[in-house]
Amino acid sequence: MALVELEGVEKSFPIWERHGRVRRRRRIVRAVDGVSFRIERGTMVGYVGPNGAGKSTTIKMLIGILVPSAGRVSVAGLDPVRRRIDVARRLGVVFGQRSQLWWDLPLQDSFDLLRHIYRVPFGRWRANLDAFVELLDLAPLLATPVRQLSLGQRMRGELTAAMLHDPELLLLDEPTIGLDVVAKARVREFLARVNRERGVTVLLATHDLGDIERLCSRILILDRGRVIYDGELEELKGRYGYERTLIVDLEEPAPPLAVPGARVERVEGPRQWLRFRRDDVSAAELTAAVAERARLLDLAIEEPDVEEIVRRIYVEGMAGEAVTPAT
Amino acid sequence: MAEAAAAFGVYRRLVGARIRSQLQYRLSFALSVTGVALVTFLDFAVILVIFGQIDALAGWSVAEVAFLYAVSSLAFALTDLAIGHLDLLPRMIRKGDLDAMLTRPLGSLFQVVAADFALRRLGRVLQALVVLAVAIALLEIPWTAGRVAMLVVMVVAGAAIFAGVWIAFATIAFWLVDSMEVANAFTYGGSFLGQYPIAIFGAWLRRFVIFVVPIAFVAYFPSLYVLDKPDTLGMPAALQVASPLVGAVSLLAGWLVWQNAVRHYRSTGS
Repeated sequence: MALVELEGVEKSFPIWERHGRVRRRRRIVRAVDGVSFRIERGTMVGYVGPNGAGKSTTIKMLIGILVPSAGRVSVAGLDPVRRRIDVARRLGVVFGQRSQLWWDLPLQDSFDLLRHIYRVPFGRWRANLDAFVELLDLAPLLATPVRQLSLGQRMRGELTAAMLHDPELLLLDEPTIGLDVVAKARVREFLARVNRERGVTVLLATHDLGDIERLCSRILILDRGRVIYDGELEELKGRYGYERTLIVDLEEPAPPLAVPGARVERVEGPRQWLRFRRDDVSAAELTAAVAERARLLDLAIEEPDVEEIVRRIYVEGMAGEAVTPAT
Repeated sequence: MAEAAAAFGVYRRLVGARIRSQLQYRLSFALSVTGVALVTFLDFAVILVIFGQIDALAGWSVAEVAFLYAVSSLAFALTDLAIGHLDLLPRMIRKGDLDAMLTRPLGSLFQVVAADFALRRLGRVLQALVVLAVAIALLEIPWTAGRVAMLVVMVVAGAAIFAGVWIAFATIAFWLVDSMEVANAFTYGGSFLGQYPIAIFGAWLRRFVIFVVPIAFVAYFPSLYVLDKPDTLGMPAALQVASPLVGAVSLLAGWLVWQNAVRHYRSTGS
C-alpha cells in the first residue's frame, strides 16, 4: 500500500459575504475539488501550484488538522482525522512561515521537549540529534534562543525538529521561502540525504521550481483545487516548452542578437532578453555565442516560475483535465 | 496511568520552560507580582467601603464576606495562573499556533493549557491568601476535621469550576475572532459574583449562579458549611458539600465543549 493515498478529496469552506449593509450571505468555496494521488514509500514528490491552489489545505488534511468534505485520505493506512495522534507520530512537518520551535527557548531545549512530546527513546534521539547537528552545522547555535536565530538558521532547527522522531513522511510547506542561495542549498542537501539514507518519504510544497528540480523526479501541479499535472518533471519540461531566459547587459545598445537556439524577446537599451530551451542549447554555449557578437557586461538567467508553467498548460489546451503521462 | 504520568511529565517540562524564561528578569518579575497584588487589593477595598456604611450584608458580617471574597479570589487566581492564557486563544488561532499544535501527538486542549503559565499572576494568589488569613483570624470558626478538609476542597473545587467555565467560554474564539470580552464577562464577572453572599442577588441572578454558571458552589455553599451558618435561602443542605461534584462536572462540560469546538474548527478551518 502506498504511504499516502488521496481519493476524490474535496474541501469546501463556508465564506460569509456582505450583501447590503447588514445582511450577509453564505457562499461555499471549494478549495480542493476532487484531488486523487498516491505517494509510494521512499519517494520525493514536488507539490506546486499558484497561491490559493489548495496546496496548504491538502497538507492540512494529510495531518488531520482539517476534515475533508468528501473523499478519502489515508496516511500509512490510517485516517488522519480519526487517528490524528497516531498519524502525528509518523509525520514530520515543516511550515516555512511559522515555527514549530519554542520562541524563548534555546534550540537545545526545544529538541529536549520534542523528545518527551514524541516519546523518542533517549539513545535513538541522541543519535539522531548528533547526526543532524553535524549535517546542518548546528553545534554553535544550540544554546541560542530561537528568536535570535536568522531565518536560515531557524530553518535548520526546524528540519532537525521535524526529523528527531524518525517520521516516515516529511511534509514541507515552502521550506525555502525567503532563504538566500546558500541556505537554500543546505536545505535541499539535507532533504536529499534524509531521503536517500533514511528512506524518508518527502512531500515538498514549494513555489521554487529550483527546489523541485534538484530533488524531485515527480511533480504534482495543483490549480484551483484540481491536480492539473502528475508526472515526471522532465516530461513536463519537454511538453510545455520549459524555457529559460538569459538576460544580458551589453556595453552599448545593439540590434537584437541573432544567436542559434535562442530568440530575442525584448530589448531595452543595452539590455536584451533571450529565450531558449535547455534541450537546444546550454546556458554556457549561449553565453559564449553572445560574447562573440557583442561585448558583455553582465548576465543573469531566469527560470520559469510555477505560474508561468501553469499558464502554459492552459495555453496548450489542457485546462481542467489532469494530465497523466502513460506509465 | 502510564499515559497520565507521561502527560504530566510533558506538562511539567513545558510549563517549567515557561517559568524559567519568566524568572530570567528577577526584578521585573518581583515588581509585576507586587503590582498585581496591590491592584487586586483595591478590589477588596470595595467591600470595606460597603461595610463602612452597613454592619451586615444579608446577615453576613464583614469578616464572613471577607472569607467568601478570599476563597473565591484564591480559586480564581489559581485558575488564572494555570489557564489564564486561554484569553490568547484568538491569537493562537489567527497566527496558526493552534495548527502547529495539531501536528503534534498530544491533545489540543492539553497543549493550549501547557503553552504558558503566568507566574506574575501569583500576586493575585498572594493577596487572596492574605485576606483569607485575616478573615480566619477574625472569625471564630468551630474547627473540625471536616471543616478544615472542606476549606482545602472548596478552593480546589472552586478552581475546577472556574476552569470549566473559562474553557467553555474561551471556545467562542473558534466562531468569532474578537470574542474575549464575552468570555471575560463570565470568567472575571463570575469571580466577582462569587465574592458575595448570593442571598443579596435577585432570584434570576441567583438561579444563574447556581444552575448555569455554578459560581455559587465556589464560595457561598461550602462557606455555609465551614462557617456553620444557617442558609437563609433554605436550600438543601447537600448543596453545601456538593462543590467537588460540581467542579468535576464543570471540568467535564468545559472539555466536551472544547472537543466540539475543535471539531467545528477542523471542519471549517476558521
